Amino acid sequence: MNELFDMPSDIQQGYFGVVALHLREALLPVLAGLLVALPVAQLCVRLRWLYPPVLWVTTVLYAIPSLAFFVVLIDYTGLSELTVMIPLAVYSLVVLVPAIVDGVRSVPQETLAAATAMGFGPVRRYVQVQLPIAAPAIIAGLRVASVSSISLVSVGMLIGNEGALGNLLNSGMIYHQDRLIWLSVVGTAVLAILVDAALIVLRLLVTPWMPRGARKNARTTAVQEAAR
Amino acid sequence: MARAGSDGQTRRAFGVLIRIDSVTKRYPDGTVAVDRLSLEIPDRSITVLVGPSGCGKTTTLRMINRMVEPSEGRILLDDVDIMQQPVNTLRRSMGYVIQNAGLFQHRTIVDNIATVPRMLGWGKDKARARARELMERVGLDASLAKRYPYQLSGGQQQRVGVARALAADPPVLLMDEPFSAVDPVVRKGLQDELLRIQDELDKTIVFVTHDIDEAVKLGTMVAVMRTGGRLAQFAPPAELLSHPADAFVEDFLGADRGIRRLSFFPSAGLELLTAPIVAVDATAEQIAARDTTDVPYLLVTDLDGKPLGWSEPRELTAGSIAVDQLLPYGRPFVAGTESLRAALDCAVLSPTGWAVAVDGEGRAAGVVSQQTIGEAIRGAHAERRADGTAEKAQKVAR
Repeated sequence: MNELFDMPSDIQQGYFGVVALHLREALLPVLAGLLVALPVAQLCVRLRWLYPPVLWVTTVLYAIPSLAFFVVLIDYTGLSELTVMIPLAVYSLVVLVPAIVDGVRSVPQETLAAATAMGFGPVRRYVQVQLPIAAPAIIAGLRVASVSSISLVSVGMLIGNEGALGNLLNSGMIYHQDRLIWLSVVGTAVLAILVDAALIVLRLLVTPWMPRGARKNARTTAVQEAAR
Repeated sequence: MARAGSDGQTRRAFGVLIRIDSVTKRYPDGTVAVDRLSLEIPDRSITVLVGPSGCGKTTTLRMINRMVEPSEGRILLDDVDIMQQPVNTLRRSMGYVIQNAGLFQHRTIVDNIATVPRMLGWGKDKARARARELMERVGLDASLAKRYPYQLSGGQQQRVGVARALAADPPVLLMDEPFSAVDPVVRKGLQDELLRIQDELDKTIVFVTHDIDEAVKLGTMVAVMRTGGRLAQFAPPAELLSHPADAFVEDFLGADRGIRRLSFFPSAGLELLTAPIVAVDATAEQIAARDTTDVPYLLVTDLDGKPLGWSEPRELTAGSIAVDQLLPYGRPFVAGTESLRAALDCAVLSPTGWAVAVDGEGRAAGVVSQQTIGEAIRGAHAERRADGTAEKAQKVAR
C-alpha cells in the first residue's frame, strides 16, 4: 500500500504534500480574483457603460496563453508559485465578474426601492441587501472558477517545479510509470469534485432563504454564462 | 405643529401635516413628471393620489421621502422643509409600502419587519418583540415569524410589507400601489385591514393607486391627477362623485359614478315594511289576516326570524308552507349600517324586486321596494343640495 503513493526523487514532497500544494496554487488565485472582482463588479453595476469594456478586457486576458504570461512574469517573480498563480487569478475574473454583476442586478427593483426608502445608504444597501441576495450567483461563479483553476495549475510544470500534480504527470510520462499518471489525473479530478461539493454545501448554508427549485437555476445560469 | 398623543379628544382634529408647495419635477431630457403641484395632505387620514399611468402620482409620493428630488418648489413636513434634515433620518420617519412588498428575500419575516427599528439602534430582542406584535396587528399568524418570504402568499407578503413600514411607529405612511399585484379577493381583504389598522393607529397615509374604486373606498381625501403631472381635482370621495371638476375627472370616475355615489348615503332612513314577514310555522288563518295590498309576496322566515325566501300569498293560504318552493331572496342588506347602494343592489338582485333588510344578527327586519329606495335616493340628493357642505358626510360601511 505504501508503494502506491511513493513519489519519484525529482518530486520533493510526499503525494499528499503535492495535493496540498496543488490545492493552494489553485484556490488562492480564485480568492484573489474574488477580491478584485467584487469592487470591479460593483463599479460595473453602478456605471452601466463600464460593464461591456470590462467584460471585453477580462475575455481578452483569458485568451492570453499561460505560457505567454509566464515568459513575462518570470522577469519579475521568477520561477515561483506566484508566477503560476497570477495568471490563474486573472483568468478567474472572466467568470467571477459577470457572476457578481448578474447576481447583484438580479435583486428586484422593489427590494432596492424598499431598502432606499427605509433609509439604507449605498454601502449598507450593497453589503446587507445586494451581496447576500447575489450570494447564490457568486458561489456558482466560484464553483466554475475553482474547478477550472484546479485543472489549470498543472501547466505550472512548464516553468519547473511549480505544477504540483502536473509535475507528477510529467514524471509519470518520462519514467513510463502509469501509477504516477493515474495518481495525477485521478487526484486532480477528485480534488475538483471535492472543492465543488464544498462550495455546494457552503451555498446551502448561506441561502436557507431560497426556494428549492431556484437553486438549480442559479447554477445552470452561471454555467451557461461561463460557457459563453 | 406639535403632534398630540393618541387621546381621543384631539386625535380627530385634522391639521395639515404635509404641504406640497408648487412642486415641479422635470427630468434632464425635458419630460415633466409633476407640474406645479400644490397639495395639502391632512394629518391622521388617508390621502389617495389617483390617476392614469404617467400622471406623476408615484413621482409625487417619492418626492415626499426624497427618493426623487423636486426641480422646483418645496415640501413641508410639520411646517419644516424636508430638505432640512438628513435624508436617511427623514426616510426612517416614514413607513414605505411598495407593490409586490419588496421584502428582503434573504431575511426571515420577523427580521424583515424589525429592519428599521434595528437601524434606529434597538436591541435585537426588543426589535423582534415589536415585529411579532405587528404581525398580530396586520393579521399574520405568529407561526410565520421564522419563515422566509418565498414561503408566503402574495397577500401575506403584502401584510409583512405593511407591518415592516409600521415597525418604528412612523407618523407618516407612504404606500405606492401596494395592493395592485394581488387578486381582487385578497385586495379587498387588505383594504379592509388597512382601514381597520388606520382606525387604531391614526397615521397620515399617502396612498398611490390607479384604481378609482380603491381611491374612493380608502380615501378621506382623493387627489385625481392627469397626464403631465397636473392636479385635476382634490376633494373628499363623495364630492368627487357628485361634482367632478371637469370631463377628465368624470371620465376617469367611470360610467357608474352615480351608483357608486350611493355608497355615501346611509340606508337608515328607509321605511321598512314588516307586514309581509311570516314565520314558517304560521297557520293559514294568520297568513290570511295579513295585509297584502302593498306587497304581493310574503317573506317566509325560519323560527329564529332569519329569511328563507319569498312566496306568493295565495300559495301560502292554500295550506302549509313548502320551503323548497320559495323564491330565493338574493343578498340581504343590513338595515342602517349599510348604504343605499347595498339596498338598491339587493332590490335589483331580488327576483321579486323587493330588498330584504336584516338586523346585525341576520334576522329579517323588513322589506323595501325599488320604488321606495328610488324615493330615498331622490330625497338624499335634495337634502345634499339644501345642505351645501354635506359632502363631508361620513362614509357608510359597504
